Formats: sequence, structure tokens, C-alpha cells
Amino acid sequence: MEAHEEKPIIYTMENKPIVTCAGDQSLFTSLYTSLAQQLPREPMEWRRSYGRAPKMIHLEANFVQFKEELLPKDGNRALLTFPFLHIYWTDCCDTEMYKASVKDDMLRWQSTLRLHGSVDWLIVVVESEAKKKNKTNILPRTSIVDKIRNDFCNKQSDRCVVLSDPLKESSRSQDSWSSFLTKLRTLLLMSFTKNLGRFEDDMRTLREKRTEPGWSFCDYFMVQEELAFVFEMLQQFEDALVQYDELDALFTQYVLNFGAGDGANWLGSFCAPVKRWNGLLLRRPIDMEKRELIQRGEASLLDLRSYLFSRQCTLLIFLQRPWEVTQRALELLHNCVQELCLLEVSVVQGALDCWVFLSCLEVLHRIEGCCDRAQLEANCSHTVGLWTYATEKLKSLGYLCGLVAEKGPTSEDLNRTVDLLAGLGEERPETVNSLQSPYKKLNEALSSVEAFEKHYLELSHAAMEMYRAIGRMRSARLIGKSLAEFYMKKGDPERAEGFLDDSLRSYVAEGWSLQVTHTRKQMAECQKLLQQTEDYLQTSALLAGDANLTVEERKHFCQEILTFASQPPAPSDQTVALSMAAFAQLRQMQFSPPGAVVHVGAALQLELRVRCLMPVAVKVEQLAATLHFSLEQGGARGRAGSAQRRTGQGPQGQGDGVVLFPQGSPLAGAGMGASLLPALELYEMQDRSPSDSSLNSTGVVCKNMHLLLRRHDSSASLDTPTAGALPAAIAVDDGAQMLRARDITLQPGDNSILFTAPTGEPGSYTLRQLCGSVGRVQFVQSHIYPVVQYEVYSQEPQLTIEPLSDNLLAGIPQKVKFTIATGHYSVKKGDALQLSNTDSMPILHSSCCSATILSSTGERVGESALSIQSSEKVTSISLPPTPPYHTLEFQLEVLCHIPPTPFKPDIERLTNGEVRHRPKSHADRGMINIDQKVSIDCPWSIYSTLISLTFYVPFKAKHSILSAGKRKYIQVCLQNVSDTIFHLADPVLTECQPTIPVELLSLNAKTQQTVCSQQSVFCLWEMRWVERLPLCLQCAFSASFAPVSASDAHTAFKPYRYEFQLDRVSTLYSLKAEILPPSGDQHCRTGTLCGLEVSITRQAEPSETEGEEEESTEIEGLRTTKLMYEVVDNSSNWAVCGKSSGVVSMPVAASATHRVQMEVMPLFAGHLPFPNIKVFKYLPHSAVPAIQPDTDSCLENDTMSLLDKGLDDQGDTASIRSRGSVHSVGSGEQQRVLPMPRLEPFSPGQVFYLSQGRQVLVLPVTDDHVMEVNVT
Amino acid sequence: MEHTQSRDACWHSRHHSKMAVCIAVIAKENYPLYIRSVPVQNELKFHYTVHTSLDVVEEKISAVGKAMADQRELYLGLLYPTEDYKVYGYVTNSKVKFVIVVDSSNTSLRDNEIRSMFRKLHNSFTDVMCNPFYNPGDTIQSKAFDSMVSAMMVQAS
Repeated sequence: MEAHEEKPIIYTMENKPIVTCAGDQSLFTSLYTSLAQQLPREPMEWRRSYGRAPKMIHLEANFVQFKEELLPKDGNRALLTFPFLHIYWTDCCDTEMYKASVKDDMLRWQSTLRLHGSVDWLIVVVESEAKKKNKTNILPRTSIVDKIRNDFCNKQSDRCVVLSDPLKESSRSQDSWSSFLTKLRTLLLMSFTKNLGRFEDDMRTLREKRTEPGWSFCDYFMVQEELAFVFEMLQQFEDALVQYDELDALFTQYVLNFGAGDGANWLGSFCAPVKRWNGLLLRRPIDMEKRELIQRGEASLLDLRSYLFSRQCTLLIFLQRPWEVTQRALELLHNCVQELCLLEVSVVQGALDCWVFLSCLEVLHRIEGCCDRAQLEANCSHTVGLWTYATEKLKSLGYLCGLVAEKGPTSEDLNRTVDLLAGLGEERPETVNSLQSPYKKLNEALSSVEAFEKHYLELSHAAMEMYRAIGRMRSARLIGKSLAEFYMKKGDPERAEGFLDDSLRSYVAEGWSLQVTHTRKQMAECQKLLQQTEDYLQTSALLAGDANLTVEERKHFCQEILTFASQPPAPSDQTVALSMAAFAQLRQMQFSPPGAVVHVGAALQLELRVRCLMPVAVKVEQLAATLHFSLEQGGARGRAGSAQRRTGQGPQGQGDGVVLFPQGSPLAGAGMGASLLPALELYEMQDRSPSDSSLNSTGVVCKNMHLLLRRHDSSASLDTPTAGALPAAIAVDDGAQMLRARDITLQPGDNSILFTAPTGEPGSYTLRQLCGSVGRVQFVQSHIYPVVQYEVYSQEPQLTIEPLSDNLLAGIPQKVKFTIATGHYSVKKGDALQLSNTDSMPILHSSCCSATILSSTGERVGESALSIQSSEKVTSISLPPTPPYHTLEFQLEVLCHIPPTPFKPDIERLTNGEVRHRPKSHADRGMINIDQKVSIDCPWSIYSTLISLTFYVPFKAKHSILSAGKRKYIQVCLQNVSDTIFHLADPVLTECQPTIPVELLSLNAKTQQTVCSQQSVFCLWEMRWVERLPLCLQCAFSASFAPVSASDAHTAFKPYRYEFQLDRVSTLYSLKAEILPPSGDQHCRTGTLCGLEVSITRQAEPSETEGEEEESTEIEGLRTTKLMYEVVDNSSNWAVCGKSSGVVSMPVAASATHRVQMEVMPLFAGHLPFPNIKVFKYLPHSAVPAIQPDTDSCLENDTMSLLDKGLDDQGDTASIRSRGSVHSVGSGEQQRVLPMPRLEPFSPGQVFYLSQGRQVLVLPVTDDHVMEVNVT
Repeated sequence: MEHTQSRDACWHSRHHSKMAVCIAVIAKENYPLYIRSVPVQNELKFHYTVHTSLDVVEEKISAVGKAMADQRELYLGLLYPTEDYKVYGYVTNSKVKFVIVVDSSNTSLRDNEIRSMFRKLHNSFTDVMCNPFYNPGDTIQSKAFDSMVSAMMVQAS
């Protein structure tokens, strides 16, 4: 017990609530061990006031000997030293003894307690069997207890407990212990509740007085902390923490109120200038020094905050919430800085940095002390803030103390350092022996440049590593950038570069323009120091065009480039290629002419709109775009079409030869470029088979793949100068074609540059690379996208002749248009077209003939008269001088004569003029056309050009011979097959052989006739002759015609001529048929046989020539010719019964008549036309096969079918077939062939059929048994 | 205690403007759609601060599991205290981030007030997005949005 008494009360967590012990000290000492052991063993529920949740707590106590001094005096609210319970121990069992001494002692004890108002007491009576046995005369034990209860425990019988045989291992003993401990715990808790409740009430009262003058926060602090201590003592750390948090909040509020002008007097002490900044101290559970300062009201703000935080930290660590410590620490440090500022506390410059630095490290040390490595690594996110904060503070200290400057600290810096170090005071005893204490670190860091660097780098790298580890890359880069700044200050740009580059990339990638600008400026400085000329210039270019900078800054960077550019190049130096993107942006390209398809040598201009980003006007010696040339394939026109499409196909393309380039501000573009990739440009692709253009495959093609699929880091290369060399300062091939503009001054903003595109060779030209040269500097844009392309084509001179109307009509003058596309040929003065004259198509040149010259775009350039000279063979047209790739147009009138004998296809005259008439049917209307070929010698070619013109004959003429007995008429039918309406006049028919005395008597109208389209005019002449008709008549029909629309009717009339030949015109036979009703009947009746009598009469003796043709034989001195007749009824009106055909021999004598009787049967009733009767010449087989008549197969077949039908006896079909083979086999086999008779039709007009059109009445049979009745 | 604090807060609302010093809207792809700060001379610093705060925004977003993403609260709370500023974050469902930076000395701002600022910002941003002439992804140039932001910011003095 004495030992306890001597032990000073120290404020450690070993504190326990005090319980005093009075009475028998030796008795207590014997029981102390068991008691101390068993008391905390069972938890007790602690019900609490103010609605706080009940808690189970394990109670412990510090048992001390009772002394009066221990009892709290009035006003002393120290809770820690407060005895919560007073116990009186006795093992008295002797009444005498009780009365003699123990009772008095108890009374004294009680009165002392009462004097101090303490009501928490307990009397313990320890009973032991041993003692009882020794004293036989003792009273029953109850009597002593009862006495005590009676004497002291007025109505509080539970204040006296019995502990039986506490030192024995018996159940009785255990039970008594158990009830004793329960009692003890209950009483302790009651005491706590009562005393703490009272304490809290007092505390609240005190707090409510805080607006009264003279209230002191420090005093109040001590009071509430007392409560915190008790809770801590009771292991109620949460409650303890709440006390400190309340104090914290209260203080914070005061500071804020003070800042708002609502000051409290007591706060004045905290506003004292900060003299010590030795940081937090977290290694002691309670920092007594600081506590005493607070107690004395001498604490500074930092002292109070430090102390408060150290207590919170201790409790949080007890609560195993180390990460809350780090979070709160950071808040605290930020807050303190703010509060000092708010309270306008004067602080030595840098002192706070020291304090924060030391505090950060102290917190980190404390946390490291209570966590293992794995835990720390897993919770970087909680500590990294402190690491960063410490780094920042060390950095600012370094800058403050001149430790970062290249030259080292000045004396002023050193003085400042000394002052700062003085404020740290002595190192605390806790860390004196530690090698790595924050104090030592700071001391060391501030002592030398090298040490500072070491510590600063160490901290920076640690923080950076942690940020990387938890994926906070932006934060890591920010530290990296700060490191870069440090290295730059130290004059170590090599090490700065990497960090700057890393940061710059990320800012560019995420599109944060201000950071980009800022970092790029630092980068420029770094590169300049590193003498990375190219990179520096590139960065300068970007900065010169950076809208975030002031004009002065931009001008500076621009000047940097211009200065370099104007320096004479050292021999080792090459030109420096920079990205065009930084210098200027392409806005638009426009072709003129807009189609971007021109002929060789034509002027093609390309207007480039460029936005120059430089702040000043820049003189560019040369702006050149290299061209990729590819040979043209396919026709120029086809290419032209595709080129047009291509130029118009760009994403911004608008056709009309304008290519727009994607726009956007450079920085936004950079940002978007990285984050929003350019949209896919997809096009449909179809692969067709070249032969039949069937679809082989189809697909989708991405046109801007090179933009989308490039590597991500290289995409930054245009924007980030350090990304290495640009895609080659592309070796510009001197031979390559390029667009060039020299000595241009690019003004800031939009500029327009005009290029003249080379069009020397036909092909396709694609703009590849744009390069602007400024002295030694070249600005290069390696791709121009969207693709800009133009086409150059070459064209041979070409002459075409086209009709002006749809169809050229033969026979009347027609206008044709001559078109000369000059192509690459330039028509010089004196050049002429030489047209070979032809008789069939004279060229009618009128005096007023002029040519029009058109430019390649169809613009009318000029007009000049043509001079046309005709000689006998050649018509020469002198052409006006025409430049290449122009079109010369003029019109000529030509007349194509209608050939008089259009039905002779075999006539082809291949003369010089090569005229060929090839009559052929006009596709739909049966118009005869004539291909008139014109041979023209052109000045550009040694070969003649053949041009075919197709003329259509407007009329179609047909003739026929009409007979009436022996009288003959000639009819000519003239059909207008054209679309034009004509006047027709003077139809004349003449016999071409004047020796033949034939008179042609016109039966036609004398007046003009109008022939509409598709209408016909018939003309008729009667033939009169005196003696004999000639065998053959050559006739010529002629008429004049003129289009109705012709202005001058008289001159416009042109002749139309139609020649034809009539053969065997005279009537040889007349044929008469008679149908006779059956005998005894007046009329023919259906179904009854009637007689058909055909009489053939010779009208004229055949002439000599006819006689030759018509084979005659002499039988018994009588010359006869053989005829075959045939009755054919195609209308099925008649059934020919019996013989339908036969051969008759006609005597060669005029009026010789032959009658043939046949039987026919009418099949229908009514007026039936007579059946047809045909007569053929029947020629016996001739030994002269050479003059076989024209073997028109159709006719021959007819003949043979006749033979089959009627002349079975004459041969069989086999023989006929074999005859067909004779032709192919040859004449050698002719002997074996049976001679065959031949049939030959008469020419029209040779046989006159008298009964033509006659009808006969056929009556129906009278006794019809069948009647048709139609009932409706 | 609570009572006293709120009363204390009332004293000060007169003196402290409940205003932001920097307001930023950041696209899903992390480039700024809108960023404004007062005073102007600190602009760069604010840009750095806001940009760096994206680290924490991303961390907070990814901390919420994918399945829970729908129920995720848009307001992210304090991202990042610095000595001088407090940075608060908010993420829309379309991953557009709002960041409000408040002066550390401006202690009168409560969490609720920050939340309501974000709500206002979100509403105004929604209006911007609803404008048929606004091209999503472009920087915000709406006057209405601008004036709403101005109303939330410390007046430059």
C-alpha cells in the first residue's frame, strides 16, 4: 500500500480511478492482488446521463491509502486525483474490539468523508474461520456486521459488505468475492455517474459563461480535458476524443469569430507572435510542457493546436484509426496556417513552413511507428498528402533560404536560416538519439545546399512514387514539374527536361491550354539551355502562336525563330524543319477552274488560304507544296469525273474545287485531337469484274486511316517539340514537281496565296507536303488532309461533223456543223481543211459563213469569217488561228444527191472521194439511208480523216403495171417517209429509149401536191403504142419537191428521180373462168358439184425475144407452148374435185383458145368469189442448165411442191432432192440426174385474168334437216 | 454546442460571401469545357489545381463499384484540401465533372451549400446541353451559364 502512496500521480494511460482504503491496511494488502486482478474481469453496464448510449466497461482502480489530503477541496475539480470510492476494511469479529477501537476509527473516517461531502464509501468486513476458531468467546459474526450497519449504514445497508474467507479456495469464498466485486463495481459506476455528471454540469455552466468578461478558454480547456482524461482512464477513448473535438471546434469557432471582428479578450494570448515553431510532438501521450503553457495561459496558437492534436492523435491511435490521424493532420496544418493568418499573428517568414514541415514528418513518423510496412504501402493515399505538403514546404524553405539558387545562399539568406533554426529550439529529448528525426532533417536541409537537395529530392521522389503507386498520375506529374523547376533553378536542364516533357504531354493530351502554355514556356527555357536548337525553335513556334501568351511574349518567341533563320548557316548546319501546325493552319484550298481538271499546259491556279499564327508578319522565301505525280490511266473525261468527285469528297469538301481543312483553335484542337479522335471517314468500295462488271466483292474503306491508326505517342509529336525529330526534314527532290510561291509575306491571321499549278504532263497530281522556308528554317506539313488533287489531261485535235437536225435528208440542202477541238494543236494562220469533193455531195458554200471560237470552258472567245475556196477536186476551208484546247465551230450546207437507182446494192464506187451508197432500211420507217463519207485532210495530221454522214432519202417510190386487157398503165407510188411535209410538182414519166415508140399519157393532176409525212402520192400513165410493145421498157420517173417550210418555193424545188425497168409488159394470155351450175339447176348449191370451165386465150404472138424465153415445141407442124394451170382456193370456199391442175399446149397463134373443164363444189352458200386460177410457163427439162433461172429458193420450193402435188408421174421426191445436190457436187455427175420440167411464173401483166373479182351465187341446200334455234 | 455553433455561423455569414473562387466543368475525356476563376491573376494556379483534382475524382468514381454506379451519389465531397483552397467535386452520370474551388478562409460555407451550388451548376449545364445549337464536346459559351457561374463566384474586387 505504501508503494502506491509514494507513487506520484503521473498522467499516463496507466491512470486508474482512485479508490481509497482506510481501516486495516495489512488486511487490504493481503487482498490487494486478488482484488486488482478480479475487478476488471467482468464488464459492467454503464448507464449514462443525457441519453448517451450505455456501455459495457471493465473497471479498474488504483487503490491508495486513505488520507484526508486526498479528498478534493472546494473548487478543485481535478477529476484524475478524485477518489471515486472510499473503502474501509476491517476483519474485526470481536465486539469488544469493535467497540474499543474500530468503531471510533470508522466514525473518524466517516466524519472526514462527510466533511468533504463524499458519500461514496463502503465498509468491507472480512471474515475468516481461523480467526473465529481462535476466539471462542466471540459473538456471532452477524452481530458485528449488524452493528456496523446499524451504526453507519443508515438506510443504506448495502454500504457494508462481508467478504468471507477471501484467501481460501472455497465456493463460499468465491460467492462472497463475486458479490463483493459486483457491489464494488456498482458503487464505482454510481460514483462515476454521479461525480462525472456533476462535473459535466459544472463544465457546461462554465462554458455558458464564455461570453462573460474574464472567461478563459485555457481554464475551460483544463476542465474539459479533465473529463477527457477520465474517459481515457476508463478506456472510453471515443468519449475522450469527443471532449477534445469539442474543444477543437470551440476554439476554431472563436478564431473564426475573431477573424470576423468579434474578438474575445482571452484570445489575445494566442495572438502573440510565434516564437517557436518546433512542430508537433506526438511521441508523448501527454505533452506536459505544452499543457502547462496552456494551464498558465501562455500557450501560443501553435502550442494549443499542437497539444490538442497530439491528444487527438494519441486517442485515434488507441482507437486504431491511424489514417484518420493523417487526414486530420493535414486539415490541422492547413487550418493553422489559415488561423494564424486570420488572427494576424506575426510569424517570421518561413517559420510556418518549418512548423508544417516538422509536423508532417512527425505525423508520418508516428504513423510509421504504429503500422507495419505493408499497411503503410496499402494506405499511401492517406499519407501522400502529408509527404507532398512536407515537400512543398521544404521547397519553399529552400527558395527562401537561397538554397536553390545557383550561386548558393547570400548572407541575408544565411541570417534568415539562422533565425529559422533558432525558432526550432533544442531537439526534444525523445528524438535526440534518433538519426532520422524531423528536427535533424530540417536542420540538415537548411544547413547546406547539398543537404537540402538531397532531402528535397528524397521527399519529392517519395511523394511521386506514392502518387504513381495509387494512380494519381496528374499529382505525380505536378511534383515532377516542381522538380523540373528546381532543376532549372539549379542550372541542370538535362534533368528538368524529362519531367517537363512528361507533364507537357499529359497537358496536351488532356487539352489544358494554360498548363500547356506555361509548361511549354518552361520547356523552351530548358531547351534553350540545352541548345536543342530544333526543339527550341519548334517550341518557340508553338509559343509564338499561342493565344494564351501576351503579344510581347509571342513576339519574343517569333523573333527567336526569325533570328535563327536569318543567321548564316554554319557549314555543319542543315536547315531546321519545324512542324507547320505551329506556324500556320491550312484553312482552305480552292482550284480555279473549280473542276481541277485541265488540259496539258492550261492555267490552273490554286488559292491557298492559310491562317498564320505568328504575331508578326513573316516573310517566307518560298512556300512550296510537293506534288505526287501519277500517270493518268483511262480517258481524260473519266478521270475528270472522278477527280471532281474526289475533291468534293473531303469531309468538309463543298465541291466547286474547294477543299476545306478541319478547323479549330490550335489548343482546343490539340486537346480534342487527343481525346476525340477524328471521325472515321468510311466509303463504300465495290470491286467489279472488269469483263462484265459483275460485283466481285464490296466493302468499306476508311480513308483517314493514317490519322486514326498512328501511334498515340507520335501523335503528340506535332504538338510536343521534344518528341524527337519531325518526320524527316523531308528530302525535297529537286526534280519533283511542286507548287511554288516565292517571297510571300504572311500577315498574322488569314492569308491567301496563289499557286500556279504545273500542268506540263498529263496525269494526276496530289499535294503531299507543304513546306515554307524562312531562312534556315523550314515549316513542314507532311500530310495534307483531306487529299487535294488535280488532273491534267492531254487531248488530240479532233474534228467532228454533226448534222444540225436529227436526220439529214438527201436531196435538199442540209446544214452540218463542223467542230474542231484543237486539243494540243494550235491552229495557225493558213491552216485549212481540205475536203475532197464528191459529185454526190457538193458543198454549198454561202458567202456569210463564220466560225466561232470557244475556250475549253465553253466560253465564246471570238468569231471570224471563214474563207472557202473550191477547186475541182478539193474544197478548202481556211481556219482562223485558234489556240490549243479551244473549240472551233462553223456550219456548212451540203447537199446529198439522191441516187436515181437506189435498189442496186452492188454499186459501190471507190473513187478518190470514196462514195458509197449503201441503201439500207432505216430502222423503223423503212427510210433509205446513204452513208456519205467525206475525206478531210486536217492540218495536224498527215492522214486523211474520214467522216461519215448519213443522209436519208425522204421518199420511197414503187411502180407497178396495171393491165386492162391489152391496155397498159404504169403507176408510180411515191411515199414520203420523212417527217417533213413536201410540195410535189411536175411528176413526169419518160421512156428512156427514144427509139421505142411508146407514148405515155399522163393521167395526173397538173397542180402541186402536198405530201404529208408518211403519206403517199400515186401517179398514173397510160401506155400507148403503135406496133408492138418492146420486151423491156426503161422508165424514169421524176418530180420536183420542196419542203413546205422552204422560203423560196421556186428555187427550193429539187428533183427527185426514180428509174425503173419494165419487162414483158404485153398481155400474152387472157384467162376466163366460168362456173356452171349443175345441169337442170339455175344456181349452184352447196354440196353439189359444179362445173368450172377455164378458157385460156392467146392474146398476142410472143415476140422473138419472148419466144426464146417461152420454150415452144413443134408437134405435128404446130408450134405450141406449154402452160400449166392450177386452181387454188385459199379461202376454202371451194372444194376442187378431181384434177385441179394440168398442162396445156397452147398453139402459137393469136386467139388460140384452150378450154379446161373441172369440177368444183361450193362449201358455203352465198356469193362466193371464184377460185384462183394460176398459170405458169411449163418448161420441159432443158439440156442447158447454165441458164437456169434465178434460183430464188422460195420460188423453187413453190415449184417443187407443185410438182409433188400434181406431177407424180414425172418424178419422185428423191430425184428432186438429188437435184438439189447437183449444185454442190458439180457438173460431172449431171448425167445421172433425171431431166426435170420447170415452172416459171409470168411477169405481171402478161396474163390478163378476165374473171378477176367475179362471184357466183350459191344457194343453200333446200332440205336442211338441222335448224339452229337460238332461244334467248 | 450545436446550437452555439450555428449561432456563431450566423454571425459570420454577413462577413463572408458564400462564394467560389473557381468553377470548372470538365468533359468526360478530361479536357475543360468551362473554367472560370477569380482573381484572374491566379488563373493558372486554379487550372493546375482543378486538373490535379481529377486524380481524386477518378479515384472516387472508380472506388464505387460498377454495379453500384447507378446509385452513386453525384456529389463527391471534398476532393482535396490545400493550404489556401478547398476543392469539391461532382460527377454527372455522363461523367462530366464539376469542380468548385473555395477559399479555405471561407469557413462559412457548409457542405449543404456546396451541394446546392453543384445542383445549380448541373441544372444550368443541362440547359446548355439542351440547346440544339450546342455541340456536345464544345467548350461552353452560354451567357446564361456564364451569368449563373458569376452569381456563384466571388466578385472580383
